[in-house]
Amino acid sequence: MSLILENIDHVVNGATHIEGVNLELAPGSFNVLLGRTLAGKTTLMRIMAGLEPPTRGRVLMHGEDVTRKSVRKRNVSMVYQQFINYPALTVYDNIASPLKLARVPRAEIRRRVHETASMLHIEHLLDRYPAELSGGQQQRTAMGRALVKDADLILFDEPLVNLDYKLREEFREELRELFKARNCIAVYATTEPNEALALGGHTAVLHQGRLLQYGPTEDVYHRPRDVLTAEMFSEPPINVVPAIVSGSEVTFDRNVHFPLNQELAKLSPGQYQFGVRASHIGLERQAKDDLELEVRVDIAEISGSETFLHVRNELFHLVLHLTGVHEFAVDQPLKVYFPTHKIYAFDRHGDVVHIPARPGAH
Amino acid sequence: MNKVYNNRAWFLILPMLLLVAFSAIIPLMTVVNYSVQDVFDANTRFFTGTEWFEVMLNDSALQAALLRQFAFSFTILAIEVPLGIGIALLMPKRGWQASAVLILITLPLLIPWNVVGSIWQLFTRGDIGLMGVGIRELGYAYNITRNPADAWATIILMDVWHWTPLIALLCYSGLRSIPDAYYQAARIDRASKWAVFRYIQLPKLTNVLVIGVLLRFMHSFMIYAEPFVLTGGGPGSSTTFLSQSLTTMAIGQQDLGPSAAFSLIYFLIILLVCWVFYTAIMNSQKDKTTQGGA
Amino acid sequence: MAQITLKALAHSYSPNPSGPEDYAIREMEHVWHQGGAYALLGPSGCGKSTLLNIISGLLTPSDGQVLFDDQVMNELAPEERNIAQVFQFPVVYDTMTVYDNLAFPLRNVGTSEAKVRERVAEVADVLELTSLLKRKARNLTADEKQKVSMGRGLVRDDVAAILFDEPLTVIDPQLKWKLRRKLKEIHERFNITMIYVTHDQLEASTFADKIAVMYEGQVVQFGTPRELFEVPAHTFVGYFIGSPGMNLVEVVRTEKGVRAGTVDLVLAPPLLNAIHQSRSRNIKLGIRPEFVKVLAEPGEGTYPVEIDNVQDLGTYRIVSFEFAGVPFRARLEEDQRLPERKAYIRFPEAWLSLYIDEFRVEVGQ
Repeated sequence: MSLILENIDHVVNGATHIEGVNLELAPGSFNVLLGRTLAGKTTLMRIMAGLEPPTRGRVLMHGEDVTRKSVRKRNVSMVYQQFINYPALTVYDNIASPLKLARVPRAEIRRRVHETASMLHIEHLLDRYPAELSGGQQQRTAMGRALVKDADLILFDEPLVNLDYKLREEFREELRELFKARNCIAVYATTEPNEALALGGHTAVLHQGRLLQYGPTEDVYHRPRDVLTAEMFSEPPINVVPAIVSGSEVTFDRNVHFPLNQELAKLSPGQYQFGVRASHIGLERQAKDDLELEVRVDIAEISGSETFLHVRNELFHLVLHLTGVHEFAVDQPLKVYFPTHKIYAFDRHGDVVHIPARPGAH
Repeated sequence: MNKVYNNRAWFLILPMLLLVAFSAIIPLMTVVNYSVQDVFDANTRFFTGTEWFEVMLNDSALQAALLRQFAFSFTILAIEVPLGIGIALLMPKRGWQASAVLILITLPLLIPWNVVGSIWQLFTRGDIGLMGVGIRELGYAYNITRNPADAWATIILMDVWHWTPLIALLCYSGLRSIPDAYYQAARIDRASKWAVFRYIQLPKLTNVLVIGVLLRFMHSFMIYAEPFVLTGGGPGSSTTFLSQSLTTMAIGQQDLGPSAAFSLIYFLIILLVCWVFYTAIMNSQKDKTTQGGA
Repeated sequence: MAQITLKALAHSYSPNPSGPEDYAIREMEHVWHQGGAYALLGPSGCGKSTLLNIISGLLTPSDGQVLFDDQVMNELAPEERNIAQVFQFPVVYDTMTVYDNLAFPLRNVGTSEAKVRERVAEVADVLELTSLLKRKARNLTADEKQKVSMGRGLVRDDVAAILFDEPLTVIDPQLKWKLRRKLKEIHERFNITMIYVTHDQLEASTFADKIAVMYEGQVVQFGTPRELFEVPAHTFVGYFIGSPGMNLVEVVRTEKGVRAGTVDLVLAPPLLNAIHQSRSRNIKLGIRPEFVKVLAEPGEGTYPVEIDNVQDLGTYRIVSFEFAGVPFRARLEEDQRLPERKAYIRFPEAWLSLYIDEFRVEVGQ
């Protein structure tokens, strides 16, 4: 089963929600749709599911044109943000419901419900009602309903948003495992770049209804096509600073100059945007040619084991992603080090012209 | 731009259109038809234009009925709305008491209109009615068939008794939907009981009150059965409201043309008042940049 | 301005509690100092909302006392406590303008209009609400509304403390960090005790100087964000703080040493002694994924493991493997070389924590 979207446009009341999306999802693939709120993730999923026909373009499932085929005639399941279950049915009956509709024999239903429930670790809850479950258990039940019927296409619309972060961590890992052995296409929408990275598979980056880039997740992350993709697919967002390359040196921040190193030497003179990942800027000098910048602290956001340090000077605002907990006072002056060999260069149109080599790549 | 994929979908709304046509449009058009003609028999009719409308608008009996109608509607609204809010505020919030009070409050709403009239007719009788006898015992010569003021007061009392529960129920549901955090915030802000009512409860009740007031206004403007049974429109014509005048004219006197014209005027009045009221409420919720705090 | 003391405080919702499990708050002693920025962090159902309501006076504790400075507050209603509270969902008075909203707490106690004007102007300025003062509160966005409800606490100069109950839940992710910064700024400027309740470690550690981590009705650790990360005082803190959380393995005493599952551990003498001196059967060792060393070659104090999975998170990787029968994780920086399948791990002594009956035991070096 492969799913192909061809030149999809979607316009509602004159407002373009999806524009010129071409996407081909391979059989058995796990795909992440990454984008901010209103990027078009949900709309695209609804089009894939057949809940809404696109204004223009074709949807091909296994080579067959299903653009106008109703969702009822396709073999699709969907899991939503809200925990949607039948309140009057037990967990068992909730999970069994799609099979009952398909008139699967009773013994077969029993076998498959138990199999699915044990996969999702809710076998001990089969006699309970949704109202008696925690949020995480309710979402597991909803997932069970989606997984039990052997759909060709399973869609997840930000299923973990309403769970707390410890549960999210667990779910992400399980999801990867769950789909390893399956032959259906999974599509998972999220607003969080780190969730996309944790889930792996393939990632499609969406922005304002357009598809920016699609490919293996690591590839899209490490080799973004343009500055927008790099910004959308990084959390905290990649730092972008304007830079001027002239002859043998680079200027940014007006008075900060540094000589072009070997990697950047191929850039022709002109204006660029340089991108540096938040985790690549450090508080200590890592290499001889690191650039020293004087900045002030805006705020240090601490996330248990990590620190996101927002700093600024007159011209720009940078975010540093530091491992461990570091405390800073607001407005504290600071020196940060900018690695010149880990710079992405984007031209005036935002297209990537230089990607740094990855030291740990294998 | 926005393409229609399947024109057959329009057929789906056909039953709805038919239903509306039979229930509203066709009867209304019949009335419009009569209102501009003078009908003698099945074959003889003359086009009269706006003549019937002019006659009706100049009819002093109808003008008086219209005034009485407005007086009645506004009086009962002025009593029922504050009273309903008050009752809702006093109702218990949870537990079995809440259910018990809810049932008691709802009882009058379950009684049909003409039965309400009959009940009150018996209730207020001077010889055997509990209220009639009671008031007379207190030394007041209470008589709804002789004294217009007594008749008026009784009809208003009856309407208040019958319909305040509706307002109270609507408000009760509105109050229940206010999250606890609002009350907590108000306590922390040291707001007085009155301020809590004025700035939290009343604003949150606006929407249900709009529905309540519109319903009660339309209802009361069409009031017919209760006063008809209770006072028969009297004494004299002191409690003859619009719908009763109209009925007398249309059914009693077979004046189809004028009564059709009057029906339309009646319809337009209700429409107009509702629209004015609704627009006023909605406008009051908008941001007025001229209105400052400082 | 006040110091808030919780003295032998406990609370049960049931009238006749029979055991500790009937208590939403188990007996605790706690002090919030004047002017501090604190967070109360824990998963849902840990008792943090109960504790917050006890402090604000919406709930009367069943046992113990709440003191503001030296005054017992138990029986006082919220309006008598000089406490302000910001709720999860913004509470504004819809029909009033922003100005009237901010003025409301002052007018309720009959403050002169001149004073009201001065205070409202000051607070509106700090919160960047000045341009919205004449707008009706109902037409504001969620973050503006939340600033208004914060402002209603700030205008009062008699406020002893401001309590925040997950105030950023409904705020757009892109605006969250701006509001967090604003909160910090306000704290520094107004010198008010602030207590911030949340289940989100990022919000707690960004806002607070000191965090109280709650678990099953108890404060299991009260420390700086750094302490919670580096020296978690309870296994729950280890698990709950950090993503992924701390690796924990149960150990048993053997004749000569200590064993985890089937692995004999090589431990430094002080740690070994501490374990042998304990009578408990519940002994665990914990180490954060950030501190586990993953090596390609065996060496002193290394244990062989087989790598199950590697998660590439962009600029770092999470390696999972099984150690002594339990799943373990290690964090690797992107430029660190990763062995193919067989790896050797080492636990640097400084980062190894000992937990006896779930609480951390300090081991002398």
